[in-house]
Amino acid sequence: MSKCATYFAALALGFFLSLSSSIAFASSVIKIGVMQPLTGVYAGPGQSGLNGLLLALKEYETNAHQNEIDLIILDTEAKPARAPELATSLLEQNKVDFVVGPAHSGVAMGMINVLREKDTVMIIPNAGAAAATGPLCSPNIFRTSFSSWQPSYPMGKVALQKGYRDVYLISWNYGMGRESLEAFEESFKAGGGNVVKKVLLPFPSTNFQPHISDIAAQDPDAVFVFFAGGGATKFVKDYDASGLRGNIPLLGSGFLTEGTLEAQGEAAEGVITTLHYAEQLEVQKNLEFREAFHNEYGHYPDIYAVQGYDAGQAIIITLNELKGDVSDKRAVIDVMEKLTIDSPRGAFTFSRAHNPVQNIYLREVIDGANVVTGIAAEALEDPARGCKL
Amino acid sequence: MTTELFIVQVLNGIQYGLLLFLIASGLTLVLGVMGILNLAHGSMYMVGAYLMWYFVTVTGSFTVSAALSVTIVLSLGILIERVLIQRFYNRNHLDQVLLTIGMIFVFNSLQSILFGNDPYGVSVPDALDGGIPLTNNSTYPVYRIFVAVICVGIAGLLYFVIGRTRLGMMIRAGESNREMVEALGVNIKSLYTIVFAFGVMLAAIAGIIASPVSSIVPGMGESVLITCFVVVVIGGMGSIKGAFIAALLVGLISTFFSILMPSMANMIIYIFMILVLLIKPQGLFAK
Repeated sequence: MSKCATYFAALALGFFLSLSSSIAFASSVIKIGVMQPLTGVYAGPGQSGLNGLLLALKEYETNAHQNEIDLIILDTEAKPARAPELATSLLEQNKVDFVVGPAHSGVAMGMINVLREKDTVMIIPNAGAAAATGPLCSPNIFRTSFSSWQPSYPMGKVALQKGYRDVYLISWNYGMGRESLEAFEESFKAGGGNVVKKVLLPFPSTNFQPHISDIAAQDPDAVFVFFAGGGATKFVKDYDASGLRGNIPLLGSGFLTEGTLEAQGEAAEGVITTLHYAEQLEVQKNLEFREAFHNEYGHYPDIYAVQGYDAGQAIIITLNELKGDVSDKRAVIDVMEKLTIDSPRGAFTFSRAHNPVQNIYLREVIDGANVVTGIAAEALEDPARGCKL
Repeated sequence: MTTELFIVQVLNGIQYGLLLFLIASGLTLVLGVMGILNLAHGSMYMVGAYLMWYFVTVTGSFTVSAALSVTIVLSLGILIERVLIQRFYNRNHLDQVLLTIGMIFVFNSLQSILFGNDPYGVSVPDALDGGIPLTNNSTYPVYRIFVAVICVGIAGLLYFVIGRTRLGMMIRAGESNREMVEALGVNIKSLYTIVFAFGVMLAAIAGIIASPVSSIVPGMGESVLITCFVVVVIGGMGSIKGAFIAALLVGLISTFFSILMPSMANMIIYIFMILVLLIKPQGLFAK
């Protein structure tokens, strides 16, 4: 039932989009398959990433060499089990030139199983699973977002600089959660920090109260967490409600306060995070992008939109350089590897494993906004452990 | 674990259990009295929370929003019973499951269309903001105590209405022999409408009072639904008393296992359910 509805919605959406984008005189059709969660818990980030991508395609549409861009949009529902099936249909039936997706790391793994070592270029606009640009890296897989290691690694040093020696770690027991805590530990322990306790909750449990009571009892110098979306909102509110805000500093990977600040309200004030983007970032491209996005959709973009936008930019710049000829996939990959993307987060390049080499910003929530207080790590490259590229 | 921390965790467990009870009580009522398996019960929890968020942003008043949300959900409950559920009393559980699963999809899509997919939060009303000092660096939020008091109050009210009033007597009678009650001149149709709407309202009240301490997100209904089914099954289907005890047990067990063995926290309540069912296949307080 839901499957049918989803296919229908995807078909309908794809139809309208292809209508709107086929104004140019077609010499050849560039097919882009999109796999994003458009329903379910990840629908917010999924839709946002899609909007970013569409904006990039629209901006460049006028000079895309009279190529028609055909979009095929599939809803992953953030269900890893369906990922191989959807990715196969894009590859075999639709014979797409590019696949953009997904938001969820589990889905990314399913897609990578199908797309790895294939000719079709896959661009991941969010999912941070280390393996995608680590052990499972592949010439045709690129990522315009981050590796789970990147946003959290610099926070270990930041914590030490602030004089926090004993830190309590808590997250969900899934890829992104574990990898984020490990990345923090890596730099924190190397600098002589001590981990009081490391708690991994089953995903997506949000019964945080027992753990917050435990944090109060342990009384560490600071707490480092990875939570996102609804869980992030609840953790920050519970932390504040128990009177810990102001007593024990709360540090996190930036997703703790991305898209959740309004829901968290006052409770988020003073939370310190590290991330590769901040909405208020004073980069010319960011200001332009925010206005363009606002004009198009009536609200301001979030980080997922930035990452989707950059995936679109990567495709379009590549098309421009190749004059719209994507028949030689090796040439496509060669061009993409050398790109410098003028991103709203600041320009970035791709590492040997095809992950962005980017700045990680230090942010603090002040008056309901993530204010950039410095650069926690400049042009940080993921170590890409296990990647043989 | 120090004694101090132990007491705090017991409080946390009871608190969590009471909220579970509030949702599960409506589920067990509808299932026990009417024999309707309502999978969309969790959706009503979600509807309550989203309406609450919406009205708080519009009106700014917690009480007004709560009253509006309860009224709307109550009407929604009557509507659903009259239009849909009524046709399913004599059908088997599989048909009911298909209907109510369909309702889950409808409510989730409506939520996405009407309110979007971002997480939302409701702030704690000023009068209940703040905390009672508990340890040297932490406090116990007043609002959570308020939630617990409301839950206990509703439990008491339910116990009184079902056990001590004429309405309760009819409900109990309808449960054991529908035809006989009808033959005695009781309008069983309206009675069922009342019970269903009331059950749905209990879920919505849980969503409303939990809104300041939870995050309002897509899929929030399904996540509580499963836990509540566990509570209903452990307590014995249709038993309010059973749901109360089972909810407290589940609350305490998941709180303590969450601390002692975080990786087991999700699994443990199912293991507990299996153990209970091995000893008492009908649940703790089955009729």
